[in-house]
Amino acid sequence: MRLPLSEHRYGEHEAVLPPPAQDRHDGADIDRDTRLRMYRKLQEMRQLEKRAYDLFMRQLVKGTSHLSLGMEAIAAGFGAAMRADDYTFATYRGHAHTLARGVGMTPLLAELLGRANGLMGGKGGSMHLTSVEHGMMGSYAIIGAHLTIANGAAWSAQYRESGQVAVCFFGDGTTNIGAFHEALNYAAVFRLPIVFVCENNLYMEYTPIADITAVPRPAADRATAYRLEPIVADGNDADDVYLTALSVLDRARRGDGPSLVEAVTYRHGGHSRADPGKYRPEPEVQAWKAYDPVTLYRNRLLRLGVQKAELDVIDKDVTDAVDLATEEAIAGELPPPASAFTEVWADGGSSWRN
Amino acid sequence: MAELTYRDAVARGIAQEMRRDDRVVLIGEDIAGAGGVFKTTVGLLDEFGPKRVIDTPIAEQAILGAAMGAAMTGLRPVAEIMFSDFFAVCWDIVVNQIAKTRYMTNGQVTLPLVVKTGNGGALRFGAQHSQSVENWAMAIPGVKVVTPSTPQDVVGLMAAAIRDDDPVLFFEHKGLYASKADVPDGDIVDSLGTAKVRREGSDATILALGLMVPRALEAAESLARNGIEAEVIDVRSLVPLDARTILGSVAKTGRLFTVEENPRLLGWGAEIAAIAVDECFWDLDGPVQRITTPHIPLPAADSLEDLVIPSAELVATTVEKALQS
Repeated sequence: MRLPLSEHRYGEHEAVLPPPAQDRHDGADIDRDTRLRMYRKLQEMRQLEKRAYDLFMRQLVKGTSHLSLGMEAIAAGFGAAMRADDYTFATYRGHAHTLARGVGMTPLLAELLGRANGLMGGKGGSMHLTSVEHGMMGSYAIIGAHLTIANGAAWSAQYRESGQVAVCFFGDGTTNIGAFHEALNYAAVFRLPIVFVCENNLYMEYTPIADITAVPRPAADRATAYRLEPIVADGNDADDVYLTALSVLDRARRGDGPSLVEAVTYRHGGHSRADPGKYRPEPEVQAWKAYDPVTLYRNRLLRLGVQKAELDVIDKDVTDAVDLATEEAIAGELPPPASAFTEVWADGGSSWRN
Repeated sequence: MAELTYRDAVARGIAQEMRRDDRVVLIGEDIAGAGGVFKTTVGLLDEFGPKRVIDTPIAEQAILGAAMGAAMTGLRPVAEIMFSDFFAVCWDIVVNQIAKTRYMTNGQVTLPLVVKTGNGGALRFGAQHSQSVENWAMAIPGVKVVTPSTPQDVVGLMAAAIRDDDPVLFFEHKGLYASKADVPDGDIVDSLGTAKVRREGSDATILALGLMVPRALEAAESLARNGIEAEVIDVRSLVPLDARTILGSVAKTGRLFTVEENPRLLGWGAEIAAIAVDECFWDLDGPVQRITTPHIPLPAADSLEDLVIPSAELVATTVEKALQS
């Protein structure tokens, strides 16, 4: 029985541990190419995110950023299962989801650095990564809002009979805000082709989610209120996420409506750059670091007979790509001052009077 | 030419655009089967069917979010927020999402959507269902703000708003829904960002919006009986603002008055007064005067509401006194 927040001291609550076994999906029917693709994505997300952290430490990235270290399997698994024209809606913790849709590392890092060659010319920043041409419809930084916006994209796909699905990622903290419930009901009522993916990393910013949520599973335990199946996925196992994603995407494409997936995972670091994450019990942090999505997947591939040398080549390729992107981002020009005054309106300008 | 109510003009404007463009869709609470609580969408479900005219739950964030997501992926939605007061429960979607996404994405996202809403007082609905909140909207970079005062303008500005590629907040005045006027037959398409001179005059410029337009016109007639010829301008569009028409009139008359239904502080007239003082100070023969609802919530009782929302009499006496001093 978990104690309520008022009855334990900050940082001394009961630890939540990852699953004991890592080989559950060794025998899953997923072809080698797909798995290698997911592995490469996991490496890209891991290495790029670490580089983003380093660039912060070098004070080249300003403001804040929210890293996905430890949570990469969700983005990699869904990214591999989605159709090229499906829509992604992510949160301020959206670097991995942006990579998952095929956005280049240089524009991504350059955006973090506030450069003209950034994905949005430096006008959006870390929390708002968007690349419409890749189906990356945005990273949204006000909790809850983008679930309702993703509904709109799903509605549009339904209206146009395009067969596209909107996939909306959000954190466990989002399940307690009104927009979550408005969006779930709306999607269910109109049978929208949408998948809601709760990335439950166990902490709402600095507070254990279980301490401030009326049910143990913040997303899954709310599903039945909207006549949806409670679906829980292992958010650290890319294969588990991939298989879950295939099933819920197929359901949406068939016209059977929305799904709500709770993918349980863990942040390796704090909520944002300002947070060292000291409120987490040390045994919990260590157990989850040992259940790391990248090493878990690498070990699986090795068990399945992939040569270590082949994986090393991928790792090295990714390192080279991250290095190149870093150079190109740092070499990027500052945005032209005039760009501060463009693209308020569809005519490209910012004029509000004659 | 046929007589049309302001409320029927709303449906006519939307229907005109839905006929020419099947990307135009309409969502809101009670707007389909019931034809809207203010009956501004009567007949649209019958003509365009349930795929395009959709009743939603009471979930204003879900409504505006759906409109935004649909607009960014190829539709041109019109969403209704029943009372403009309810913007307070979905203001995040307007302010943080709809208004900023094009800018933040450096133009990757285009949001051709219209949010129509019943705004303003005079129906005795009390403090939470009578506010004039167009000045809230005006304060946010990234949304256009329109307030028609006549049935013909409702049709034409609604069409212009739907055809515009930017998000437009379309403030219908609840106190004008029953008003009637002749409206030309056929399609009407107006221009956003244009004010209209409703009455010409040489002695004073009176700016008004929504329900305040007929009151300003009534005041002008009464002033004329006392030898004062006031020019009445229907501002119609706060963003973009037709400053040229306004400043041109001030250059001619030398006096500027605003008639605002919003509460006093930071009402739309304050911005226009500042522009006038900045840019045509030497044309002014006296101080700019703002006639507004006082800085209070609106009372429900009819006698009290009538006391605080600017009346034609208040406008006339204020202008007359100012010009005599």
